[in-house]
Amino acid sequence: MHSYVQIENAAVAFDTRKGRFTALTGVNLDIGRGEFVALIGHSGCGKSTLLNLVAGLVGASEGVLLLANKEIRGPGPDRSVVFQNHSLLPWLTAFGNVHLAVEKVFGGSESKAQLKARTTAALELVGLGHAATRLPGEISGGMKQRVGIARALAMEPKVLLMDEPFGALDALTRAHLQDELMKIVAVTKSTVIMVTHDVDEAVLLSDRIAMMTNGPAATIDEVLCVDLPRPRDRLQLAHDPRYHALRSRVLEFLYSRQARPSEAA
Amino acid sequence: MSAVNATNEDLDDVLSGADIAPPPPAAAAPRRAGFAGAGRWLAENARALFGNAIPPLLGMLLFVGVWGLIAHGVKSIPGPAATWHSAVELFSHPFYDNGPNDKGIGWNILNSLYRVGIGFGAAALAGIPLGFLVGRFDFLNRMLSPIISILRPVSPLAWLPIGLLVLQKAEPASIWVIFISSVWPMVLNTAAGVQRIPQDYMNVARVLKLSEFKVFTRILFPAVLPYVLTGVRLSIGVAWLVIVAAEMLTGGTGIGFWVWDEWNNLNVAHIIIAIFIVGIVGLLLEQALMLLAKRFSYE
Repeated sequence: MHSYVQIENAAVAFDTRKGRFTALTGVNLDIGRGEFVALIGHSGCGKSTLLNLVAGLVGASEGVLLLANKEIRGPGPDRSVVFQNHSLLPWLTAFGNVHLAVEKVFGGSESKAQLKARTTAALELVGLGHAATRLPGEISGGMKQRVGIARALAMEPKVLLMDEPFGALDALTRAHLQDELMKIVAVTKSTVIMVTHDVDEAVLLSDRIAMMTNGPAATIDEVLCVDLPRPRDRLQLAHDPRYHALRSRVLEFLYSRQARPSEAA
Repeated sequence: MSAVNATNEDLDDVLSGADIAPPPPAAAAPRRAGFAGAGRWLAENARALFGNAIPPLLGMLLFVGVWGLIAHGVKSIPGPAATWHSAVELFSHPFYDNGPNDKGIGWNILNSLYRVGIGFGAAALAGIPLGFLVGRFDFLNRMLSPIISILRPVSPLAWLPIGLLVLQKAEPASIWVIFISSVWPMVLNTAAGVQRIPQDYMNVARVLKLSEFKVFTRILFPAVLPYVLTGVRLSIGVAWLVIVAAEMLTGGTGIGFWVWDEWNNLNVAHIIIAIFIVGIVGLLLEQALMLLAKRFSYE
């Protein structure tokens, strides 16, 4: 498979008051174009740090990160991020939040009408065409997260980075948004890296699941290939033995081989 | 039942048609329900009125009562009734002008407000941008914070001699005092606001690679605005506190000068009135800014 995102021997260390803290070490991962990869692990294992590394929000202390054969240096709109807590600007409407991103990426080359059309299209893609004029404070958590996804998708990024995008939502809303995300990704053929701690979410959405060891000095221990055919349907998968086998593999990794230190002791 | 209702409505229509403005729709709705509904509506509103209005009214009554008792004991202090009569007389001609030392109360209030406006306006123009810079650049913050820490607790009036020395005149000197005493809350609050911008917003700016100008207009300014307004509110409170004292020393016109003048005339009722005026004007300024702040809060 031709690699689109390449992470080679990456390490991240922070200087803290108690000395140097190594969050990640020896991380290797190749992601193909159009692939959906989930990063899973216990909380505090550094999966968000790995995502931020690809986003460029965190710098690598060792190793190399490449996107389309170019080294990643600092953040940029070719790697848009859907933040865990949506991170919408509360003084801008849903339209305004998406438009800010659209304007930045396409403002140089397109007319105002085209920018507006892009913004509207992105909101309609996530089913929020009717809520364009609402402020973030006026819409539900699920809608906010959808605006965050619309903002990220509207930038037409090379890689879409999602940091536990549905973690703060109730189970029904989460399932609904997962289904929508699958449809959107099928249409846009986006390359996606998603951080999650939800096993079902990881198996349902991804092509591969990178399972991470516990921190400090965490790394990717095993990459599981999810060879379930697409489009996937959560109800049919519930009766699919392959789905259960994959799910068990992840669960076994998380709760047996990488049991939380406190639980293992 | 419907006949009774119709009669009531007709009667109301006649009444309101005569010389009363038509009631707003909210008030009209319960009226349609007839006497029973109107009675219930009245009862509910009476309870709300009781809950909201009675405690402050009781407080005011207590205050006036204590004041009356003190005035009864200390003969030189006029009681509430005497002060009220004096105030009615004073406010019946607020804008007369009998030369420099004898102007109506309205002129004095406006003069004080004018000085506060100029001094406070200049402080806002200087303090808010400075606050942004101090908050955004850590070097500047560490450079200026010792100076600010030393200057901030200085009593405003200690600045008056410097102002008189440099500016030569009483009017600009008192404006200077307003400026120097009201600039700090705006600098400090603005800087605190800039420093407390959630990292999430700055991450959005970084991922989008927004220009410094866009970061300022779309993220920094709106995020910090509530803090700026808190600073403005504190500052205007300080400015209004200080003006009375500054005017006592500089003389001329203004509510502070007027207090001092009435003290020289031994008109204690007027001094008490002045205290109320200062309090009420300060309250109004504060409330106006609270309304403004509410308009710009997003949470």
